[in-house]
Amino acid sequence: MSHAAAHYTSTGLDSRKIAFWTFIGSECLLFGALISTYLVYQGRSLSGPTTHEILNIPLTSVSTFVLLMSSLAMVLALAAVTRGDTLWSRVWILSTAGLGLVFLSFQVYEFTTFVHEGLTLQVNLFGSTFFVLTGTHGAHVAVGVLWLLTLFVMSLRGKLGPEKALTVEIAGLYWHFVDVVWIVIFTVVYLLQ
Amino acid sequence: MTDTPMAEHDTHDESSHPGVGTYLTVAGVLTIITLVEVGVFYVPAFAGVLAPILLSLSGIKFALVVMFYMHLKTDHRLFTAIFTIPLMIAVGVGIALLFLFGVIAIGGGS
Repeated sequence: MSHAAAHYTSTGLDSRKIAFWTFIGSECLLFGALISTYLVYQGRSLSGPTTHEILNIPLTSVSTFVLLMSSLAMVLALAAVTRGDTLWSRVWILSTAGLGLVFLSFQVYEFTTFVHEGLTLQVNLFGSTFFVLTGTHGAHVAVGVLWLLTLFVMSLRGKLGPEKALTVEIAGLYWHFVDVVWIVIFTVVYLLQ
Repeated sequence: MTDTPMAEHDTHDESSHPGVGTYLTVAGVLTIITLVEVGVFYVPAFAGVLAPILLSLSGIKFALVVMFYMHLKTDHRLFTAIFTIPLMIAVGVGIALLFLFGVIAIGGGS
């Protein structure tokens, strides 16, 4: 079997896609545990800043919109790669990575502001659960940005033609999963205070 | 090992994927729902029903991304099962923990 060959299973489905969906399933359990922990300890902080005092809803709404639009850019990148449109596949892949970086910039700004206002990982239960949950999500976004930049470099080297559409689709699955996790976090952490 | 005809390249069944128009429509709906969520958050009249409204809107956004952007609406049902089963376990464990720690109580509020 050649190096670039697809790996079909007895189901007729590509093994890489099955494996990646399984990974996403395991990620559901990870984020489920983190979100549950946040909710269990919500409102139980004895000192330090709490949700009402510190969360910036307008700012986070903008960053949520940015992440949603990055998902649109990602599916447009997949559509462009599938039809063999090199220029637009590069534009949309780079746009997705750029929007991811904008989201991360918002998060860095938010974390920095919170630390200056006295909320750290150690100060109270809200700080611990908030930073672990949103920080883990941010780390996932950072990995996604690196993955997208790798795809962009592959495209520049002429190695991201229509025959590699599944490679882009799997990267897209990861990116959209990170997006849906944020949809839940935005509601549970920021809006349901 | 011999190559099968299907296995000669990184095959990808794009025929079942939605078109660009659908992607743009979904993005528009996601944007509108996000605006409604933030709007509802700031309207005092919704304070009593904030949780069910926001959770419902969030669930719709979640479903739209998973169905259309992650292609579960048109992809093989095995992928839906692989994703949904752990998701249901995570949600179930989360709800159980909320009861266990008294965040929500049967027959009463939090």
